[in-house]
Amino acid sequence: MKNSDVKFDYKQYSENSILIQTDAKVDENLLNLLIFYKKSIEEFYGKVIVEVILSYNSLLILYVSTIENIYDSFFELKSLVSKEVLKKSVKKRLWNIPVCYDVNVCPEIVPFADQKSMSVDEIISLHTTPLYTIHFIGFLPGFLYLSGLDKKLITPRKSNPSRFVEKGSVAIGGNQTGIYPSNSPGGWHVIGRTLLSFFDVNSDPCCFATPGDRIKFISVTVGEYNDIGLSIANENYQLVPEYF
Amino acid sequence: MVEILSSGMYTTIQDNGRFGFSKYGVPQSGAMDKRSFLLANALLGNDENCAVIEWMIMPPILKFYEESVIVLTGSICDPYMNDQPVKFNQPLGVKKGDVLRLKNVSKGVFGYVGIKNGFCTNIVLNSRSQYKSITASEKLVKTDMISYSSYCGFSTSLSSVKIENDWLDQEGLEVYPGPEYDLLSDAEKLSLLMGNFTISNESSRMAISLNEEVGNNLTSMISVPVLPGTVQLTPSGRLIILMRDCQTTGGYPRIFQLSEEAINVIAQKRVKENVKFRLSCF
Repeated sequence: MKNSDVKFDYKQYSENSILIQTDAKVDENLLNLLIFYKKSIEEFYGKVIVEVILSYNSLLILYVSTIENIYDSFFELKSLVSKEVLKKSVKKRLWNIPVCYDVNVCPEIVPFADQKSMSVDEIISLHTTPLYTIHFIGFLPGFLYLSGLDKKLITPRKSNPSRFVEKGSVAIGGNQTGIYPSNSPGGWHVIGRTLLSFFDVNSDPCCFATPGDRIKFISVTVGEYNDIGLSIANENYQLVPEYF
Repeated sequence: MVEILSSGMYTTIQDNGRFGFSKYGVPQSGAMDKRSFLLANALLGNDENCAVIEWMIMPPILKFYEESVIVLTGSICDPYMNDQPVKFNQPLGVKKGDVLRLKNVSKGVFGYVGIKNGFCTNIVLNSRSQYKSITASEKLVKTDMISYSSYCGFSTSLSSVKIENDWLDQEGLEVYPGPEYDLLSDAEKLSLLMGNFTISNESSRMAISLNEEVGNNLTSMISVPVLPGTVQLTPSGRLIILMRDCQTTGGYPRIFQLSEEAINVIAQKRVKENVKFRLSCF
């Protein structure tokens, strides 16, 4: 994707932040362009900025102090957009996430299958086939915004959100799928469970996955699920990414 | 150490906040009213990021175990040390065994107890601000003991600082147009800028929602970045002002962004109190 294809709009967002935004869409080429742009901004500004927050179609740049001259900042930021995303991009990482869809571990999959007029196996197959792309992390610490859900699984969020969704619940809401990284209220339909931790303040980095990585859900049996639980408890479970 | 004899309604340790971890979806947190937080540290001659105790509506009762200097700022009340009245917005010496009670809370929502060199709880991701799933506990409870370093150099000085609290009565909130402001019709903009709004009882450290409905003709949108002070327009037409513990991304139109000062002003507004939006340019 050439940068000239994308028109960015620059706006001051608050006393100490600038929003760079383009048309609202969920697109992998745009994601790569934004990740690249974000890196250039971080390298150029260093400690002048607190951080750059990424989302589907925007970057929000947080400065340490009040922005003195907004036009100078806009000019600098515009000069940092690279002409083209480098072709020899770094290898992509793929994380295989073991998920148990068994009714004994996740009874909620049955009413979901009924609602979709599909069998539980069809749901599992449709959910485990795609390679999902991580666009950014938000909503809760460690919550991954993923694209790639099969159209047949798109389901409106619950009209009455549940007060309690358990940590590790794999769920579908609208055209998105995701994993609840902590116990939380939530309006998505839970279809499976994983025992992996997506956010831990004691590990560095706090979340193993980063934007641009891929996720694949692997269906595991109750036995395998329990074994994973044991090895995590004994601290000998290792999640290793595939590179492609 | 300071012992929490009674926890109040929602009492936490706060500093300036947790910055640089939005990439993991971690909220900024930090003192709700930064103005009163900074004042507490300034009056003590502290580094500006020293941790304070923040209380909400109902104050805690605190017992001190070492000599130090404290200061009380924010929500206005009558402070008593061992049942003797003491001053608000003034450095106060504390000795071993002193018990601090705050009575007759008359204005504001969030009060601060600052201490010389700050409270020394664990630092998690560069901050002591308590937040569920980040720090070991999300708030202070009865019998909690919090450490601080003792300080013996305090002498009652004859000089004092006059602090104006008029800003707590201010109803106007300075706002900048949000990224989706221009999608509103002229009539909608007018009703937002002319209207009186009141604070609803669904308010927390995450967000303050307003009672009035303004209607919403905007289409739904994909998730976008948000910050403390972002005013969102929900599908039901109600306004939500995101506060210090807010999420890093949201899916509702961002119609305004409050100025830093306006975030402090609304933080101190009680349920049913009035606010108005005053549009400003950068």
